Amino acid sequence: MPTGDHSIKKYDEELEAIRSRVLQMGGLVESQVRAALDAFESADQELAQQAIDADRRVNELEMDVDQMVNYVIARRQPTAGDLRMITGVAKVITDLERIGDEASKIARAVKWLHEKGDQARLNRIPDIKYSGEAAASMLRRALDAFARMDAVAGASIIKDDLGVDDRFRAVLRQLITFMMEDPRTISASLDCVWVAKAIERIGDHAKNVAEHVIFISQGWDARHRSLEDVERAVARA
Amino acid sequence: MERVTVPTPTTAASRPMVANAAMAANATTSKVGGKSANKRIKMDVRDLNFYYGKFQALKNINLQIAEKKVTAFIGPSGCGKSTLLRVFNRMYELYPEQRAEGEVNVDGENILTSREDVALIRAKIGMIFQKPTPFPMSIYDNIAFGVKLFEKLSRSAMDERVEWALRKAALWTEVKDKLAQSGTSLSGGQQQRLCIARGIAVKPEIILLDEPCSALDPISTAKIEELIDELKADYTVAIVTHNLQQAARVSDYTGYMYLGDLVEFGDTDQIFVKPARKETEDYITGRFG
Repeated sequence: MPTGDHSIKKYDEELEAIRSRVLQMGGLVESQVRAALDAFESADQELAQQAIDADRRVNELEMDVDQMVNYVIARRQPTAGDLRMITGVAKVITDLERIGDEASKIARAVKWLHEKGDQARLNRIPDIKYSGEAAASMLRRALDAFARMDAVAGASIIKDDLGVDDRFRAVLRQLITFMMEDPRTISASLDCVWVAKAIERIGDHAKNVAEHVIFISQGWDARHRSLEDVERAVARA
Repeated sequence: MERVTVPTPTTAASRPMVANAAMAANATTSKVGGKSANKRIKMDVRDLNFYYGKFQALKNINLQIAEKKVTAFIGPSGCGKSTLLRVFNRMYELYPEQRAEGEVNVDGENILTSREDVALIRAKIGMIFQKPTPFPMSIYDNIAFGVKLFEKLSRSAMDERVEWALRKAALWTEVKDKLAQSGTSLSGGQQQRLCIARGIAVKPEIILLDEPCSALDPISTAKIEELIDELKADYTVAIVTHNLQQAARVSDYTGYMYLGDLVEFGDTDQIFVKPARKETEDYITGRFG
């Protein structure tokens, strides 16, 4: 990654504005996810509504950054590290927007569960909470890695996604057991499946962000590679 | 400076040592671009140093130019890129105080020490300059003039050659009805294409372009760039340009030069996405102060 300033100061300002806007969007998405998970945990309807409402602003920020990216490509024809930053950002914001969508899904499930009066039964699945915490932590660290362009942190986030995926499968097994034991829990359990799946997807998108960070900072594509491969390549670069 | 190689040439039988060395280097360094496989080397530059009097303008340049590919040289003013091009066809010999040391091997023969007539070398390695330089004669004669120096053609064969060169230079349809008009009556872009046609007419093997579009408008520039893309089907092209985007658009390989050194040389895709050297990155991203 280039570190010095451009000869054209305005170009620096434009790139900096894009970076800040991405981080602003990331911060908003992070609090949206936090609100959705807390709402699920506490059955707090107001918090759930806040998470749903935040999605609109997240979508606006995505379109905002998209436009800024298009302007920079049209005006500056970025190359090398700048080019990777611009194309990487375009992908990062797509993942952040999707994370926002998943947070909304969780919040909507909280409302359905409340409407059905089923929330209480679900506190028996602590793995959903743990998996939510793990995914939220991945997101937070992915945004930190983006802010610092830290490929090593990126690799550790990719590793953590395996844990979130494992936990999702464990939750699924528990929910299937519930449903088999007591068919009255089927409706609520299915809602919980959506929540668990949304959490798992948040982990996937955070992992994608981490892969983009590696591409931006080191210039090679970390997608579709084994974890060992990624860790070796990051250490070598 | 480390030897810089174009990813790779020929069969082991024709150039065993260099080819193998280039293949080995390529296997470990070229990850992006995918243009590397089985390229024949047209020009092999070794330990090239160049002096304007006491001033050393090129420092130990080593590189290989692939056949029927476009190789671009970029770098700030005074970095030696135009000088490098001028060495490639011994243009510098017009000035007694300038001298080159090292080797510029074209198909295995060092043109710097070759006893071949320098005019023949320049016919084989044609050069197009920044400013279009049509001769003060008709469009037809602009093309025919150079051909007459090297070949005795019948009138009809010459007509065919002129048409062929003008077609190759994407100028024929614009000038076919006014071949007797002066070359200087054409627009800047047309004049430059006329100069390219003139260069092609003598059937060179290598075409050197020294900032061919710097005096042209965007439409004419686009036409020349399209032409360069077509020319590489038959010719080896080396281009010097200040326009980084142009280098990115037209070339297969790019070399970045600075203060007489070849700092980095590689696949254009790699240079513009992930250059290996920080100096290259700083220059192409506009951080060069």
